[in-house]
Amino acid sequence: MSAVLAQIVQIFLVVALAPLITGWVRKVKSRLQGRIGASPLQPYRDIYRLLQKEAVVAHSASWVFRAAPYVTFSAVWLAAAVIPTFTTNLLLAPAADLIALVALLGLARFWTALAGMDVGTAFGGMGASREMMIASLAEPAMLMVSFSLSLISGTTSPTQIIAFILGGGVGIEVSMGLALAALIMVAIAENGRIPIDNPATHLELTMVHEAMVLEYSGRHLALMEGAAMVRLTLFMALIGGIFAPWGMAVPSPEMSGANVLAEMVGLAAFLAKCFVLATALAVFETMIAKMRVFRYADFLGGALLLGLLATIFLYVSEAV
Amino acid sequence: MGAISQSSYEMAHLIGAAVLMAGFQLLYQRRLSAVLNTFAFQALALAAAAGWQAHIQNAPHLYITAGLALVFKAMIVPFALHWLVERLGIHKTVETAMSIGWTMIAGVALVGLSILLVLPVTANATALTRESLALAMSVVLLGLLMMITRHNAVTQVVGFMALENGLILAAVSAKGMPLVVEISIAFSVLVAMTLFGIFFFRIRERFDTLDLQNLDTFRGDRQ
Repeated sequence: MSAVLAQIVQIFLVVALAPLITGWVRKVKSRLQGRIGASPLQPYRDIYRLLQKEAVVAHSASWVFRAAPYVTFSAVWLAAAVIPTFTTNLLLAPAADLIALVALLGLARFWTALAGMDVGTAFGGMGASREMMIASLAEPAMLMVSFSLSLISGTTSPTQIIAFILGGGVGIEVSMGLALAALIMVAIAENGRIPIDNPATHLELTMVHEAMVLEYSGRHLALMEGAAMVRLTLFMALIGGIFAPWGMAVPSPEMSGANVLAEMVGLAAFLAKCFVLATALAVFETMIAKMRVFRYADFLGGALLLGLLATIFLYVSEAV
Repeated sequence: MGAISQSSYEMAHLIGAAVLMAGFQLLYQRRLSAVLNTFAFQALALAAAAGWQAHIQNAPHLYITAGLALVFKAMIVPFALHWLVERLGIHKTVETAMSIGWTMIAGVALVGLSILLVLPVTANATALTRESLALAMSVVLLGLLMMITRHNAVTQVVGFMALENGLILAAVSAKGMPLVVEISIAFSVLVAMTLFGIFFFRIRERFDTLDLQNLDTFRGDRQ
C-alpha cells in the first residue's frame, strides 16, 4: 500500500472504529455490573439517529456554539489520523509530532470549553471551568511523557519513536514503565473516564464533559460525541503503538511499499490491542469509584511526577 | 555481559521500579486499609525482585529471601496490622503533616537527591548497578519521608517497614550478601512488629489515641 492509500485508510479507520470501541467498553461494563447492556453497535445507531435529528440552538448562542463541534471534531480527527495504528508508512507521518498532538487536543478542549460557556447556562460554565482545571494538570503530564519518550528515542515524532522501538533501540527501561503509567493516567483524565469524570452520568454535580455539551442536540451533539469516541481511540492507538508496537507494519527499504500482508497483520494487531485495552478500561472503571473534584490535583500531579521520574531515571541509566 | 543478561537486569530494574511506585502509592493513600494493602503490594514486588535476582544471579539462597518477604511482609505483617487497626478501633483516615501533593513533590525531590548521591559514589560501577542502587536508595528515603509526614503510629510503622523494604532491595541487587544477614533482618522485623503492637496497646491505654503529637505535650515540648 502506498503512503497515500495507507493514510486514507487510516483516516477512515479511526472514525469507523471509534464507536465500536466505545460500544464495547459500555457492553463489558454493563456485563460486569450484572446488566445485559446494549449491543456494541449501539453507538453507531445513536450517531445515525442524532444526525437525522434537527439541531436545536439556544437563542443566546453565538457562532462559537455552532462552530465548536466542527472545530473540535476536526482537531481530534486530525490528531487521530497521524498517530500510526497499523502502519508507520503514512503520508502525514512527517507532520506528526507528540507536541503538536498535545496542541491539537488542547485546541479541541478549548473550543469545547468555549461552547460550554457560550450559551450562558450554569452547567456549561461549571463544566468548562472543571475541564480547564483538569487540562492545566493533564497537559504538563502529557508533555513530560513526550519529553521522556523523545529523550529515549531522540525524536518527538510518534512514527519515528515506534520505528525506533520496533527496531530494538530500547530494552525494558524503567523510564518506559514510568512513562506508560503516567500516560495511562493522563489518558483517563483526557477522555473523562472514571475516576476523573463519569462518561455515563447526567448527575449535575459530577459531570464535566457532559455538562459542557449539555446544550447540544442533533448533528452538533453527534459531532461532539464522535469527537469523544475518536479521542478514546486515539489514546488507545498511542498507548498500544508506543508501548506495544508489535505487529505494526514498518516500511523496509528492500520492499518498497506494496507490503499488503504486513499491513493486514498490523490491522489485526491494532484491532486486538484496542480490544484488550477497551476491556481493561471497562474492568478498571467498574472496580474504581469516582474521585472528588478536589482530589484531581493529587491524581494528575501523580501523573506529572511519574513523567518527571521517567525523565530523571533516563539520566541515571544513560549518564556517563 | 551478554545481551540476555542485559535484558534480565533491565527486568530487575523494572521490578525495582514497581517497588518504588508502591512507595509513592504509600504516600498517596488516604485510608489506613489502603495503606496496608499498598504495603502488602510493595512487599510482593520486593519478593518478585528477590526471586528474579535469585534467578539471574543463580543464587538459590535469594529464593529464601523472596519467600521470607512473601510470607512475613506481604502476608503476616499486613494481616497483623489490619487486625490491630480493627482491634484498636483506630480512626481509618490517614492524618498527614503536609498535604499529599507536597509530600509527593518532596518524594520526587528525594528520588532526585538519591540519584545525585549515587552517581558520584558509583563512578566506577556500571550503569546497571547505579540504577538499582538509586532505586533502592529512593525507596529508603520515601520510607523515611512517610515516617516524618504521618501522625499516626500505624502509618509510621508502615513507613519504617517500607524503609526496610528498600534496604532489602539494595541487598538483593548487590551480589554476595550472606543469607544470615537477611534472615536476621527478617526476624528482627517480625520482632519489631510484635513490639510495635505492644506499644500501640500501651500508648493507647495511656493516651486514648495513637496520634503521636499527643506525646509531645507529655515530653514537655509544646506547652
